[in-house]
Amino acid sequence: MFLRKRDLPPLLLAIHDPPARLYLRGEGDAELLARPAIAIVGARACSPYGAQVARMLGRELAAAGVVVVSGLARGIDGEAHRGALETKGHTVAVLGCGIDRDYPAAHMTLARSIAERSLIVSEYEPGVEPAPWRFPARNRIIAGLCAATIVVEARERSGALITADFALEDGREVFAVPGEITSALSVGANALLRLGATPLTAVADVLESLGLEAPRVAEPKGGPLLDLLPATADELVRKTGLSAGKVTAALAELEVAGLAAEGDGIYRRLA
Amino acid sequence: MLARAVTFALVGLEPRRVEVEAHIQGGAPSLTIVGLADRACQEAKQRVRSGILSAELEFPGSRVTVNLAPAELKKEGSGYDLTIALALLAASHQIPRNRLAEHASCGELALDGRLRRVGGVLAVADGARRAELERIICPYDACAEAALAGIEPVGVRHLSDAVAYLRGELEPPEFVIGNGMPRRRPLDLADVRGQERGRRALELAAAGRHNLLLGGPPGTGKTMLARRLPGILPPLEEEQALEVTRIHSVAGLVDPDQPLIGYAPFRAPHHSASTAAIVGGGPRLRPGEASLAHLGVLLLDELAEFQRPALEALRQPLEDGELVVARAVGSVRFPARFQLIATMNLCPCGARGDPGAHCTCSAQRLARYRDKLSRALLDRFDLVVTIPRAHALDLQGGPGEASEAVRSRVVGARLRLAGARPKRTASADELLTRAVERLPLSGRGRAKVAGVARTIAALAGSDAVLPEHLAEALAYRAPAELATP
Repeated sequence: MFLRKRDLPPLLLAIHDPPARLYLRGEGDAELLARPAIAIVGARACSPYGAQVARMLGRELAAAGVVVVSGLARGIDGEAHRGALETKGHTVAVLGCGIDRDYPAAHMTLARSIAERSLIVSEYEPGVEPAPWRFPARNRIIAGLCAATIVVEARERSGALITADFALEDGREVFAVPGEITSALSVGANALLRLGATPLTAVADVLESLGLEAPRVAEPKGGPLLDLLPATADELVRKTGLSAGKVTAALAELEVAGLAAEGDGIYRRLA
Repeated sequence: MLARAVTFALVGLEPRRVEVEAHIQGGAPSLTIVGLADRACQEAKQRVRSGILSAELEFPGSRVTVNLAPAELKKEGSGYDLTIALALLAASHQIPRNRLAEHASCGELALDGRLRRVGGVLAVADGARRAELERIICPYDACAEAALAGIEPVGVRHLSDAVAYLRGELEPPEFVIGNGMPRRRPLDLADVRGQERGRRALELAAAGRHNLLLGGPPGTGKTMLARRLPGILPPLEEEQALEVTRIHSVAGLVDPDQPLIGYAPFRAPHHSASTAAIVGGGPRLRPGEASLAHLGVLLLDELAEFQRPALEALRQPLEDGELVVARAVGSVRFPARFQLIATMNLCPCGARGDPGAHCTCSAQRLARYRDKLSRALLDRFDLVVTIPRAHALDLQGGPGEASEAVRSRVVGARLRLAGARPKRTASADELLTRAVERLPLSGRGRAKVAGVARTIAALAGSDAVLPEHLAEALAYRAPAELATP
């Protein structure tokens, strides 16, 4: 099934070279594409921190009713989709190949779960192979579907920056998540900030730009441990003087409450 | 003239009765061994001949045939030397035949007639006791091992001693059985500074016999921690100690002065180990590392470097507690109820988890590294803990808590777990339900969390699993990137 050019959502039609048609796969309604949407894009080889941020953004935006759009790539893209699926929200994957191709192969199950609830779309006919030159073209659709694009982590010459360029050309909002200035993974996002992109410091920043409100989450009662993050469990034991068991239990409760997450042994705040 | 002597062959860990018949006939001097004897066993001819002559006994000057019955059972190794020599001496009327028939025997002969230890003496002694033989004649330094089977051993240093004993001219010498404790003190946890989370996980693993996976960048002390697990495990019970000693005896790994292994064994095969080396087998159907770690600890250091077939072969024993090794000659069961502890880096370059280094692994390389471990194997780890690079400040403190103190808590928790197991409270149940909704946690993952929470409660001396126990258990679940493909 596909959408003809005249049936495309208005935002996508407004870009300077809208696709001739858009193939759809999945249980989601085509109307989904016209709902308020945000793109989350970034590096494939991302850091655990980047992955966490992408997942959290995907989750919280989807929870607020926003459609999360990304490119099904490894790393940031995949995490953003997963985050949205976690809260049973909607997420759209835009492919640079035919919608019947599971690319990358590692995201086959992810693609299936997206198709079960939402949509996988592509301007290419089913059967078209993935090719490097198709991805930048795909990025114009990601940017075109969305009112705003968020770049989480990007190297100096990253596809995510191409998406951001498209978004700027089409007059859409661009957010960038500030990164450590010493990390190669931050160069792209920080360069965007220097050029005038809006720094993303909380999900509310994005929702406000869409005129939406953050869903009321129960007031976080993080306790003193939360203020000491990021830290390893051992550092917390040393700083608080509590036993390893107690610190571990408290950290796990923060994880269950969605206030913190662990990656490679380091606990970070989520909210 | 014909004489018989009895010994036992090993099939896996099981002794099978073997009758050694020696027949002296007229004819040109010769010695022939028949009955599926392998190369080492065929070479017994030379050792037996030299041994008998060195003991200043007479080697028959005519045609001698030695038959090892039953003839279809393979006889391997040098342990038949003594039995062959004694049968030969009985056939040539140098020792009384009826007295020899009441004894089992085993041991290798040196060319000067002295006796050497062989592996599996305990199993042979077991066979002798079950066959209701009176005593077992064995090398003197295998005495203590043979005595564990509950049969009286006759320890002999030289073939001439065995002959003197059978002629009634010599009483069996005294020997000492050790106390079953390790000769070397195990490594102490006091050496580990900081690492509170890792120490805690190790204690939980010891208390609940949980399988533990330690991840983290190189040089953070994963292996150091893992090697200290044996020091905090309780000693084995008597029956368990015998079971472990039997396996180690067959592998020829018991200490002659201290044969009984009364403590949890610890095995750490190198990652280049073959599948047969780990699960057992080979032409002689020997127990592998997994069986040698029975009722103890199997440490796989650098888990992802092991060959995948070797790792997959461990799934059966992790599930059933035993290994069935099938070969053309038949299949053999080896007990293998071990506790698995493994270490691995978080990525092939090792920089992941180290704030001071930058990981250069591509996504594909990382995926390949993790794919080496099947989900099925990772599912067997109840505790997964990441040990990040320790802060320099953590290393400045005094020594950590000593193993002795930790072990007494472990013993207490084991007693509690063996009795009425702690049950989850309603609020702990509620937390678990919330966690299943919120965190990526599979059905099996949920069951593992529940099990670990029980151990935590037992260690805390609590009769019920409280929410705080459950919360801590949640933190040791497998991280999402290992749990989901």
